[in-house]
Amino acid sequence: MRGGGGARAPGEPGGPGRAASTGTDDDKDTETTVASSSASPVAPDARQRLTGQDLTLAYDRRTVAEHLSVSIPDHSFTVVVGPNACGKSTLLRALSRMLKPTAGSVLLDGQAISSLPAKKVARTLGLLPQSSIAPDGITVADLVARGRYPHQGLLRQWSETDERIVDESMAATGVAELADRFVDELSGGQRQRVWIAMAIAQQTPLLLLDEPTTYLDIQHQIDVLDLCAELHEEQGRTLVAVLHDLNHAARYATHLIAMRDGEIVAEGEPGEIVTAELVERVFGLRCQVIEDPESGTPLVIPAARRPRRQATAVPEPATGTKDAQAPERVAAGEPTPGR
Amino acid sequence: MNADDQPTARTTADQPTGGGKPRPGGAAQGTSAAQGTGAVQGRHAPAGRRARGPAPARTPAAGARPGSGSAGRGHRRSATLRTRGGLSVRVDVRASLVGLALTTLALAMGVVLIGTGDYPIGFADAVRTLLGDGTVAQDYIVRELRLPRVLVALLVGAALGLAGAVFQSLARNPLGSPDVIGFGQGSAAGALTVIVLFQGTSAQVAAGAVLGGLLTGLAVYALAWRRGIQGYRLVLVGIGAAAMLSAVNGYLLTKAELVDAARAVVWLTGSLGGRDWDQVWPLLLVCAVLVPVVIGHARALRMLELGDDSAYALGVRVERTRLVMLLAAVLLTAAATAAAGPVAFVALTSPQLARRLTRSPGPNLLPAACMGAALLVTADWGTQRAFGADQLPVGVLTGMLGGTYLLWLLVAERRAGRV
Repeated sequence: MRGGGGARAPGEPGGPGRAASTGTDDDKDTETTVASSSASPVAPDARQRLTGQDLTLAYDRRTVAEHLSVSIPDHSFTVVVGPNACGKSTLLRALSRMLKPTAGSVLLDGQAISSLPAKKVARTLGLLPQSSIAPDGITVADLVARGRYPHQGLLRQWSETDERIVDESMAATGVAELADRFVDELSGGQRQRVWIAMAIAQQTPLLLLDEPTTYLDIQHQIDVLDLCAELHEEQGRTLVAVLHDLNHAARYATHLIAMRDGEIVAEGEPGEIVTAELVERVFGLRCQVIEDPESGTPLVIPAARRPRRQATAVPEPATGTKDAQAPERVAAGEPTPGR
Repeated sequence: MNADDQPTARTTADQPTGGGKPRPGGAAQGTSAAQGTGAVQGRHAPAGRRARGPAPARTPAAGARPGSGSAGRGHRRSATLRTRGGLSVRVDVRASLVGLALTTLALAMGVVLIGTGDYPIGFADAVRTLLGDGTVAQDYIVRELRLPRVLVALLVGAALGLAGAVFQSLARNPLGSPDVIGFGQGSAAGALTVIVLFQGTSAQVAAGAVLGGLLTGLAVYALAWRRGIQGYRLVLVGIGAAAMLSAVNGYLLTKAELVDAARAVVWLTGSLGGRDWDQVWPLLLVCAVLVPVVIGHARALRMLELGDDSAYALGVRVERTRLVMLLAAVLLTAAATAAAGPVAFVALTSPQLARRLTRSPGPNLLPAACMGAALLVTADWGTQRAFGADQLPVGVLTGMLGGTYLLWLLVAERRAGRV
């Protein structure tokens, strides 16, 4: 499993044990305070550290997004969601200077990111890419140590600070006990923790994560997201993650960006923007949105499958649950009166 | 440098690991966050070759190699030299020892090789002559005839080993070495063109080899480039180029006059016979310029092995590093080929053998260079002992050994599920 846990919550695999703990209430509190303090602007705000202005993003000749502007609120845990090929990963690649915009520019601390020295950027902005390669025969400690590269030089190869931070990063991600293991012997969940440890060791105030939970099973997904939340809350880092699971996004994000077809459809605090209409508009999914009984954040329940001929009919299941509990819930598919 | 700047040696593995936490098994971390005063610090790694497949839950302490210095358990992976001024250099202890041993071996074999021939010279005499204290006859034989040959062997071996390590690291594949992906054939095509079509001098042949290798390198790079270079595409394009160039070389040979063809065939096998100072100087110059360039980029190259995205994120200038390294490796290969012909498989085997000795994941640049030098000198000595001076070109022996090794490598890779 995750090899000892370090600073982490009790190692109950799976959701129920974890979710029942008091930690959930803390999450909730922090989330609301963060959300109210940095009430997120919808218009791009040049005062934030990382912004993209009027971006046109394209691979070869295929344009993914045009005139896209975005700003990442400082000290937020921003999550970008959207259907496949909506340009969310592309946006992340552009923000991390991996992809050069065809037009527009990404600004880091007010300067065009492409004009800054590579190592300087790497000391401010980290990225956990979707796919990374662990060289054959590398140990966990060696791999995490490579996160220190932007802080090192030809004659400053391994300072005491480097060593301390690598140890701390491994402790924070619960991989300290795996330090001498070879990375390719580890399980998928452990390996993802090691990569996150490497990104943490980079010590950047801004950290971008491209689908950090892909290929992980559910308890490791939650595990990784909890870890991200910790990084965000305890170390005050600004996190930007692309996630596939809307419910994970709604639970963990302090700032949610919903994208479709290369455009930002909505952004803001999840509790405010996640509605059935938005989900239908962004994902084309009929659903209802209720309150997550664990975290109080929006929970998206996809509409039940129904025979095709009835698919266009007025959604009757919604009325059944409406009286039950959740006042926020919105009937699926059809525009609700008053909204 | 005052006394304070002297790096002081201190091992941390002997100290109780900080934090007071019991650390189970040999997999415990070698250093702790609490300390940070030591000048020489080490990380432990399980020494046994890593087991493939599902690994045991924890590497037991008993599995660590005994007797590696003061560490007591596990072998020291690296040592750090630090000065008070904040400078620090990290050295992989095992890799350094391997490099040192290989260098010693290469130099010793070089001296033995100097003593080998129709006029044998003992080891001590050879050393004395090299130091300028021999008889006139020995002096002539050593300095004019045999020393240049040995130097060419050392330099060619080192250049090929280094270039091979760079290529294999860039391609992330042991098959991505210059003799597999067409640079050797490209150099050969250049040299054959000069020999067959222009009957050029040996200097012109060398120039043709360098030019051919460079053009091939650029063509393969351009053909394999698609939003950056990927290992497999480089290997596949290179193998295609190698096949085409082999065909061209075969065609050139059929067009050649008999004398030219004989000369071409000897050149094509890769030979150290009759090498003199004219081959040494250009090769030495190329190595003197390019080896520091390659070593200077070694850290960036190591980061590239994490994948382009990770390397980018960590501040490596990915494409620039790759281009510089590729160009340097192509030039090293071309210069080596120009001096001794396409000596087979040294570039393929050296980095792999070096890696198995150092047990270190990185590109192992210097150990590979030392291994290449040692290999080629030893192979030249072997061919001379077995078949007499200049009877058999050294490339035949390296080809036979290297080919065997390549087959073994392919079988091993297949077992590991990678081919």
